[in-house]
Amino acid sequence: MVRMTGAKALVESLKREGVRVVFGLPGGAILPVYDILHDETELRHILVRHEQCAAHMADGYARASGRVGVCMATSGPGATNLTTGIATAYMDSSPVVAITGQVPTSMIGKDAFQEADVVGIMTPITKHCFQPRSAKDIPRVVKEAFYIASTGRPGPVLIDLPRDVQQLEADMEFPENVKLPGYNPKLEPHPLQVKKAAKLLIEAERPFILAGGGVRLSGAYMELIAIAELLQAPIGTTLMGKGTVPEDHPLCVGGVGMHGGVANKVICEADVILAVGVRFSDRTTGRFDSFCPEAKIIHIDIDSAEINKNIRAHIPIVADAKKALNAIRDEILCCTSKSNINRSEWIKRVKETVEAAKGYLECEGGKLTAPAVIREMRRLMPRNSILVTEVGQNQMWAYLHFKALMPSGYITSGGLGTMGFGFPASMGAKIARPDLPVVDLAGDGSFLMTEQDLATSIVEDIPVTVVVLNNGVLGMVAQWQRLFYRRRYSHVHLGRIPDFVKLAEAYGADGVKVENLDDFKEAFTNALRNDVTTVIDVLIDPEEDVLPMIPPGGSLKDMIWRR
Amino acid sequence: MSEHIIAAIVEHKPGVLFKITNLIRRRGFNISSISVGSTENPDLARITMVVTGDETTIEQVAKQLQKIVEVIRISRLNPSESVIRELLLVKVHVADSRARSDIVSYTQIFRGRIVDVSSDSMVIEVTGGSNKINAFIELMRQYGIKELARTGITALARGERGSRALD
Ligand SMILES: Cc1ncc(C[n+]2csc(CCOP(=O)(O)OP(=O)(O)O)c2C)c(N)n1
Ligand SMILES: [Mg+2]
Repeated sequence: MVRMTGAKALVESLKREGVRVVFGLPGGAILPVYDILHDETELRHILVRHEQCAAHMADGYARASGRVGVCMATSGPGATNLTTGIATAYMDSSPVVAITGQVPTSMIGKDAFQEADVVGIMTPITKHCFQPRSAKDIPRVVKEAFYIASTGRPGPVLIDLPRDVQQLEADMEFPENVKLPGYNPKLEPHPLQVKKAAKLLIEAERPFILAGGGVRLSGAYMELIAIAELLQAPIGTTLMGKGTVPEDHPLCVGGVGMHGGVANKVICEADVILAVGVRFSDRTTGRFDSFCPEAKIIHIDIDSAEINKNIRAHIPIVADAKKALNAIRDEILCCTSKSNINRSEWIKRVKETVEAAKGYLECEGGKLTAPAVIREMRRLMPRNSILVTEVGQNQMWAYLHFKALMPSGYITSGGLGTMGFGFPASMGAKIARPDLPVVDLAGDGSFLMTEQDLATSIVEDIPVTVVVLNNGVLGMVAQWQRLFYRRRYSHVHLGRIPDFVKLAEAYGADGVKVENLDDFKEAFTNALRNDVTTVIDVLIDPEEDVLPMIPPGGSLKDMIWRR
Repeated sequence: MSEHIIAAIVEHKPGVLFKITNLIRRRGFNISSISVGSTENPDLARITMVVTGDETTIEQVAKQLQKIVEVIRISRLNPSESVIRELLLVKVHVADSRARSDIVSYTQIFRGRIVDVSSDSMVIEVTGGSNKINAFIELMRQYGIKELARTGITALARGERGSRALD
């Protein structure tokens, strides 16, 4: 036992959890913790310009590294500024621990200065919330917070720390283990379910594998490819699953969903769907009641509440994706051998479907269109680079045209669809992987939501490349108004303001404006090598649509291919 | 759509009831009653809920509740294999001595107790299943109900059976 303050115990506990970087911005209610950080040498603190960015950076860090990301803010407005980032992490099951200051315990409930009911606000958007009321609880709370955030289905956890709890001294004991009687993530698949799944997959004529974000969280990449190759089943991904199989793998047919491509056609022909680590979001399935009605569905997820939530599973398997895939593969190999599985008809059919759709995704030669820009980016980015996107057309163009070649190769706000996520998340990813080039593919609207943190990127020396697809509009909203509201453009024009080159330069970053594809190639090549952040302002046509798409309320069969 | 009884054994800590009710609100589930109380173990509390919905909804309620870290166990109680009780307190208007003697005998039939008497009213306590309570309330209406309070049900599985734990 060691005597120290709660604040000191917090920092000590973070270090014991292996934390090396914290993203945050101080204020009155968290001063005791910041006082400890002042002398801290092992723990890097990155000062943001808006707390939302601290949360997104921690999230981006977590997604790129697989480790828990940590963000910090003061009480009241500091904490409420975190909420968008926390909700984003929650929807995409990202392990983040948020630490907020709170007014002293004696003041809680008195509407004190900068008091907000942060536990009340955060409860529905976190996996768990803590508000320790005595200093000696801090080491246990931190241990439990990291354990909950990173195990089972990962997610954000809040630690709300009243100021007196940070200040008081106590004899601290740092536990090695956690005791959480109500929290036991189930990892091992049920053998009977595994048997049933294997049998169904062997008997299937047209199996399809749908890979979601759970594959990445479980690290089941090898297992995914192994089972696909064994079954000779095409793999499609959800938005969150993009990159879990390298998209140049011959069995990968790309993304499924509202802005999926040919994979939507292929999945509709399947007789058995092996869905791994997906939650069947409505953006993936289209209308629930007409999602592949003829197919039998095997649903693997670590969160039992996802089973039968949106889509009924014929064979549910509540387990870790990696363990489940391994078990199913072993079981298949127990029953039959690889040479007995012949799917040449099906594979031929898939290849034909893919070939036939190719024309739709081609770009008109040489023009500065979003798809052309994204394809150039792919060509110029090393295989292992990280692409982060904002939200809107930029995100969906990248979903269709950017081939992700490694697990964290495409980082995006899928569930919440948070504009402003991309830029700070790209900086978080860069901190996690300083060795890799990191690019934020932005829309002009999204970038303006968090661009103030260009300051952070310069001051803290976190060089990333921001490619702004500048169409002068809230493009995705404009597209919907164009297609479904008779071109009545209501409040979507941004006016091509500001001048992004000057904006970048005002922060000490580099800015380049490009108006043709050759200039883009040059600017992008330079940006990837630059040791400060570069903003490339790419002027594109505001009328361009992201196609194909599934119309709202439609099913996967209702794809619109052309305007 | 029918009523189902879900029992949650939870850690006896501040904020747990909030989490449960907040989850029910946020996911749009329907509960018609909820009761909370202590158990044989001082660290644990028992929350009994009556939830309306189809089988899929009830499965979701149970699984979502199970995810709350402080929830140790969720079980579904099968009404035919459980003891289900609710407490009613009702204050009834007593107009004359005829009404008084009728109310007293109804109370006896329902094995209730008269817990307070004044010149023009009585407070009666009745426990039982919801049907019995409903029937008693119906009978009292003719005399004039001044105030009424029901606790919402609490329930235990009979013997070894009845409570289906969700894994
Ligand atoms: C914070 C937030 N507000 C509003 C929306 C709704 N929305 C979705 S896409 C979009 C337009 C995005 O515009 P931009 O960043 O320029 O991207 P583009 O679609 O033009 O590529 C909007 C407003 C959102 N997703 N997030
Ligand atoms: Mg735009």
